[in-house]
Amino acid sequence: MTTKGKVTGIISNLVTVEVDGPVAQNEICMIDLDGVELMAEVIKVTGKNAFVQVYESTRSLKTGDKVEFKGYMLEATLGPGLLSNNYDGLQNNLATMEGVFLKRGEYTAPLDTEKLWDFKPIAKPGDRVAAADWLGEVQEGWLPHKIMVPFAFKGNYTVKDVVPAGQYRITDTIAVLTDENGEEKAVTMVQKWPIKVAITAYKEKPRPYRILETGVRTIDTLNPIAEGGTGFIPGPFGCGKTVLQHAIAKQGEADVIIMAACGERANEVVEIFTEFPQLEDPKTGRKLMERTTIICNTSNMPVAAREASVYTAMTIGEYYRSMGLKVLLLADSTSRWAQALREMSNRMEELPGADAFPVDLPAIISNFYARAGIVTLNNGKTGSVTFIGTVSPAGGNLKEPVTESTKKAARCFYALSQNRADRKRYPAVDPIDSYSKYLEYPEIIEYLQKRVDRTWVEKVNSAKNMIKRGKEAFEQINILGDDGVPMEYHERYWKSELIDFIILQQDAFDEIDASSSMERQEFMLTKVMDICGKSFDFDNFEECSAYFKELINIMRQMNYSEFKSARFNEYLEQLNNRIENDR
Amino acid sequence: MTGKAFQRIYTQLEAITKATVTLRAQGVSNDELATVAGRQAQVVKIKGDLVTLQVFAGTDGIATNAEVTFFGEPPALNVSDDLAGRFFNAYGEPIDNGPAVEGERRHIGGPSVNPYKRRQPSQLIPTGIAGIDLNNTLVSGQKIPFFADPDQPYNQVMASVALRADVDKIILGGMGLSNDDYLYFRQMFENAGALDKIISFVNTTDQPPVERLLIPDMALTAAEYFAVDKNEKVLVLLTDMTLYADALSIVSNRMDQIPSKDSMPGSLYSDLAKIYEKAVQLPDGGSITIIAVTTLNNGDITHAIPDNTGYITEGQLYLKTDTDTGKVIVDPFRSLSRLKQLVIGKQTREDHSQVMNTAVRLYADAANAKTKQENGFDLSDYDMRCLKYAKDYSNKLLAIDVNISINEMLDTAWELFATYFTKPELGIRQELVDKYWKDIKN
Repeated sequence: MTTKGKVTGIISNLVTVEVDGPVAQNEICMIDLDGVELMAEVIKVTGKNAFVQVYESTRSLKTGDKVEFKGYMLEATLGPGLLSNNYDGLQNNLATMEGVFLKRGEYTAPLDTEKLWDFKPIAKPGDRVAAADWLGEVQEGWLPHKIMVPFAFKGNYTVKDVVPAGQYRITDTIAVLTDENGEEKAVTMVQKWPIKVAITAYKEKPRPYRILETGVRTIDTLNPIAEGGTGFIPGPFGCGKTVLQHAIAKQGEADVIIMAACGERANEVVEIFTEFPQLEDPKTGRKLMERTTIICNTSNMPVAAREASVYTAMTIGEYYRSMGLKVLLLADSTSRWAQALREMSNRMEELPGADAFPVDLPAIISNFYARAGIVTLNNGKTGSVTFIGTVSPAGGNLKEPVTESTKKAARCFYALSQNRADRKRYPAVDPIDSYSKYLEYPEIIEYLQKRVDRTWVEKVNSAKNMIKRGKEAFEQINILGDDGVPMEYHERYWKSELIDFIILQQDAFDEIDASSSMERQEFMLTKVMDICGKSFDFDNFEECSAYFKELINIMRQMNYSEFKSARFNEYLEQLNNRIENDR
Repeated sequence: MTGKAFQRIYTQLEAITKATVTLRAQGVSNDELATVAGRQAQVVKIKGDLVTLQVFAGTDGIATNAEVTFFGEPPALNVSDDLAGRFFNAYGEPIDNGPAVEGERRHIGGPSVNPYKRRQPSQLIPTGIAGIDLNNTLVSGQKIPFFADPDQPYNQVMASVALRADVDKIILGGMGLSNDDYLYFRQMFENAGALDKIISFVNTTDQPPVERLLIPDMALTAAEYFAVDKNEKVLVLLTDMTLYADALSIVSNRMDQIPSKDSMPGSLYSDLAKIYEKAVQLPDGGSITIIAVTTLNNGDITHAIPDNTGYITEGQLYLKTDTDTGKVIVDPFRSLSRLKQLVIGKQTREDHSQVMNTAVRLYADAANAKTKQENGFDLSDYDMRCLKYAKDYSNKLLAIDVNISINEMLDTAWELFATYFTKPELGIRQELVDKYWKDIKN
């Protein structure tokens, strides 16, 4: 018998329910508002009273309204057909909803249950299998989508039967498994999993040992992110967080992209809806949308579902990781998620931590980041979830609870600087404050030496050093004046400007410059560092700045030209001449 | 909707604070409207049979035996074409001595547009102001605030932007407008002969601050009527959102909520987002564009109100007084229109993007040169040229009294480039330089 209850109190979307039976923490319940069912989640229980956060507006709700408890937690539905869909935070399919406005209590199915999929078996009768082992596959877009033993199956099973290749619906039984007690269990192509629980059905989770290329120079060259790694992008508004994240989504070298638009602007999501179906993946020639799932809970959608959206996104990411795929998960912005936690904690009258955030915020954030990672599956193949979150620090001040908690959890830090953004130096990632811990991993250094060049990491580090020294020189020049410092300072400053303009800055809106291959990045950095390695003998600082401005101009034209094209080579020759003829 | 026959009346208050009253009542629904001693109020909290009402006009003089009447429905507005040309208060009641508006009764603060059903904003809204059109182009369906100090002429700038913009309806949501400013808007609209396309919801400084909380939802409910039902292009002006947020903090304070940053409620972000996200480009051609004003304290944008606003809106426009020219300009460094990329170079000339960026970069170089000059250092020839350029750029392009077409703005910029700089100093794509460079002979 299911537990029932009735509403006894309402403050915004926090509702108290008097219950007539057992309830579980995080259990889902439905509140009946004049025939409209509102979904809610239990977040606290005291005595006979359950406190539930409602995923919808509670307008016109009354005391005495009936509540029915469902006996399960908030779950994601996992199966073929997730890709290229657009969901809200509770995994309702936004495309199949009726009307222009979101209607309260309208819940739509995440997957198409009528569609027929071409199923090919992988496992055969007699195989010993466990949770997440592959039983068969269907073709989803360009990806082989594995049908797995459901994650919720504990222990070992023997395959009794797998259906032959053919067309099936996701709800058709495709295999029958026998457990250790001889009990038979049917498996379909669709399974459910509670979103707040990590999927751990894999053999092991090693340290990341490869780079995930993004085509963004300031990331790949200076502070690369590992496949299965974690990173975060904090920055005040207007510093290009979203543009940078979209660039990574478009160019990131991953099989599956999951974007969680968490409490951000609706028009930004519309941009993805509009652009991604047009954009092609350069490697496969398929549309970007085919490998993308969007979880969209914009800032005006119910706050409680905002919190759920990041978990829904992560669960879908872990599902595809179990198929041996590279998943890139982007969440914009995790601060909104933290604010959703704060609003609820506030309504429950909990004692607040710093800036009125709940005291367990750091634990919640680090648990979430820990779900990313590269894993070795039971069959020895690897899959990964790389996670990059953005943080929107209040007032652009990085000493606030969300940024500080995230800094402890994430391994890459891409600090966006107001100063760079003001000077239109995009992407505004600060080259001095930002870091990638992965550059210190011996596995990663070894990988980069093979992937790019034996001396690559040294080259990168010396470029970073030059940027630092250039900044110091600039400060000296500002204090002492152009004539008050030795010529060498000007030279140092302009060398760092060359690195800034040619390597760090990148035009995300230019067709060619937007994405830079690793080969191209290597070529340009080598060229820039060659120039920086020379010593010059300028007569005065104006000659120095004029010289470097000229080089910057030529090399910018190179960045705007197709790599190794006739035009590119023309500028290259021009550059070489300029360098040789002069000193 | 519940009719008058179902009205329930109570006369026993359990508690009174400056903004709320609490009483025992049955069958009350969340967000429901009521009157307390004739004053409008709304249900904000229900605990068992204890109901807390927020009294918009404040509780001064309310007695424990005040009469409380529940209406059984949330605040609503009658919508029809008759709204056009009218002036209303925060409750949607006429203040222009005209008759009450007949029409369909719609609850204010309604649901959000399904993000999947939205269209990408794509229509440029020209204003003639180069600080906006050239550097921070506006697009229909956008939401953008002016960040301004209280002494700056933001209401005047907003009014002239509204009147120049090519839209079907202009809806003014005035919160804490001074009576003078209210009359200014009224006169401005009348003089422009545009009164029939303007609808105003106004709360002035002499009215209770909590009433302001209704203004944005009233204005946007009217906007949605024209944009969704009539497929019209609607421009909504909200001034001043800082006073709106102040009213939010008053209410949350009276309800004993734990304040977060700057004594603002923890839900400030969501509260503001609910309003701004009503800006939309609809599939059938209608659109709602929101231009708002957020006043700052001494230009402090780290305060919770402008800070949260900046994260919600699609850019922000800063007004500042340029000390070199004495003119009010749109600050090119900190202003930003996030949607400008959707129209720049697509609905405007191909050189727009690079000209804009270069012009601002050179202006930044001028700012550096100025710092050098102030610190008593010698200026290089380049520095001197930058300074001269900055003055011209400020006068001919950034100043808010400029009113020219976008092509004229681009041509002006190329003229300035040629006057003060060499081609390599621009760093602009070669093809564009070849095509648009203007040789200046002097």
